[in-house]
Amino acid sequence: MSDATTTTEREIPPIVSSRWDLPDGFTLERYLDTGGYDGLRKALTMTPAHVAEEVKAASLLGRGGAGFPAGVKWGFCPPGVFPRYLVVNGDESEPGTYKDRILMERDPHQLIEGMLIACYAIGVSQAFLYVRGEMALAQERLAQALNEAYAAGYVGKGILDSDFSVDIVLHWGAGAYIVGEETALIESLEGERGLPRLKPPYFPAAKGLYMQPTVVNNVETLSNLPWIALHGGAAFADMGAESSRGTRLFAVSGHVRNPGVFEVEFGTTTFRDLLYGEQYGDGILDGNRLKAFIPGGASAPWFFEEHLDLPLEAGAVGAAGSMLGSGAVVVMDETTDAVKAAWRVVRFFARESCGKCTPCREGTSWLEKILRRMLDGHGRPADVNKLLDICDNISPAITWPPRQTTICPLGPSVVSPIASAVVRFRDEFFAYCGGETEITVPIGGKAYIAAPPTVGAAP
Amino acid sequence: MKFTAENTAVAEEIIDRYPVRRSALIPLLHLAQEQNGHLTEEAMEHIAELVGVTAAQVLGTASFYEMFKREPVGDYLVNVCTNISCLLRGGEELLEHLEHRLGIKAGSTTPDGKFTLEDVECIAACTEAPCLQVNYRYFHRVTSEAVDELVDDLRAGKRAHDVPRHGTLSRVRQQIPEDRRAGVAPPDRNVEPPWLSRNETESAEAPS
Repeated sequence: MSDATTTTEREIPPIVSSRWDLPDGFTLERYLDTGGYDGLRKALTMTPAHVAEEVKAASLLGRGGAGFPAGVKWGFCPPGVFPRYLVVNGDESEPGTYKDRILMERDPHQLIEGMLIACYAIGVSQAFLYVRGEMALAQERLAQALNEAYAAGYVGKGILDSDFSVDIVLHWGAGAYIVGEETALIESLEGERGLPRLKPPYFPAAKGLYMQPTVVNNVETLSNLPWIALHGGAAFADMGAESSRGTRLFAVSGHVRNPGVFEVEFGTTTFRDLLYGEQYGDGILDGNRLKAFIPGGASAPWFFEEHLDLPLEAGAVGAAGSMLGSGAVVVMDETTDAVKAAWRVVRFFARESCGKCTPCREGTSWLEKILRRMLDGHGRPADVNKLLDICDNISPAITWPPRQTTICPLGPSVVSPIASAVVRFRDEFFAYCGGETEITVPIGGKAYIAAPPTVGAAP
Repeated sequence: MKFTAENTAVAEEIIDRYPVRRSALIPLLHLAQEQNGHLTEEAMEHIAELVGVTAAQVLGTASFYEMFKREPVGDYLVNVCTNISCLLRGGEELLEHLEHRLGIKAGSTTPDGKFTLEDVECIAACTEAPCLQVNYRYFHRVTSEAVDELVDDLRAGKRAHDVPRHGTLSRVRQQIPEDRRAGVAPPDRNVEPPWLSRNETESAEAPS
């Protein structure tokens, strides 16, 4: 295991992005040339239980957003109940997130191999690869890769002349963020509107697709499996720190000189490295000052200058009151209008609310309308506290992790951008309203109340 | 319009991959949109027959998803992202530029039926902001000059290679050869997959 002295200088092999620079990395021929399907071959020499043990030993956290350990999730399948299904969540839609699409477009066979290893370990004979509808190129690359893999005997009946058989069905979404929620994904795969299911049952591993045991894993999570099968769980867990092992993809976008998707050692690299490091974000655009950054997708509470030295480690980021979520880091410089930025993220949640739960359906659109009228010059004196009062109704006490009044976390997610921006940049908000100058609604989340508002720029 | 004979065969093949016919509903809606450019009532009724649900259920599903268009749209559906990462890098200005250039507001179609313009949520090209899609094909770090050229090219029919007609998603179809299929088991048939028995018989010889 790594110790506290681990630094980013240590040579870390790219695990999931090793073929991104190859112009033909998506073809079977190139994949086989570069070690492709060796992980599957190795896995087939082991027992399924042993493969599952290796994944558990790797401490591979789910890379979709919730960060649940993949090996543990697999273990929730009730024994003796078949068929079990594997559903791949390729419905990447969290604002700022841009990694699963690249994995599907540039290295589709790696994902397919990862799926096969998971199916072998769990005992799945039919898997569904659910790809976001808007990602036409990813669908083409995956269709081509699956056709090649079927023809070459890597997918289908008697894989590599063994007793292991699995069909992989490519399935398309049709444009709905909420379908990234795993029970909504299953509804969608059953041909329904993508509404999250009422819990319990909490885990689709118990009752999922067609009410059968179903493992839902993210694209990046599964793309790590060929490496883990080949090199062992311990080698994977040797990289990273604390509860965050291996490597992880981060998409750095917004006001940085070099926006991009970077594979870094998980848990040791800091936000400062990622934003300012030459090989990563390379500093703020035009030499401007940093105003705020979103550390893990639109649902995450914002971070500020004083958070830059936090490691990209799930535990540390959680303790500071936010999350690494889907690995989307969005950087805002001092020229950013905090009200405008908050409004745009809120509009996203208002448009994507599925409408099943009242606090989310009504709350998100009220928030959007109030912010919009502020921006349009019609802010009212009590608007800032009204925003927070609505947030408190959607997610009581405005704390972190957020409390839920809804079936899924979409509703409470809308609170993050508002509470983050209002507390830190309160003068900007009050300036749009005229009237009240004090926040009267109690706010609990640690990241929201981290420090006095000192970095705010004039609107 | 119903599916053509050729597409009915494709539809049957897709349905065949799922343990429950209804699961093919969304893929078939895409197929109908590929054939007709948008979803007609007749197409939805045909899909209902094929998967064994009512036409109202098909409409219920179709109306939930953004990509399904129940009215005709332009030959080119131009989706400009204005979500946070694009907003910070000029996505809103790009949308305004296109509104002027095409003479329409986001959410509408040019009178000649060539372009439909949409103001969309994150399309997962955040590090390439501002970005847009035309018929779901990406254009990255788009400047106003580049978008003017793109509009001219599309009008002149010059981009057929990278931008297929609206409705066409994957230009490659998945094919599962009959002799390679593992076979679909119904959800109510509780049979343990054969290789799991290796857990009992081979546990002693697990490699290091």
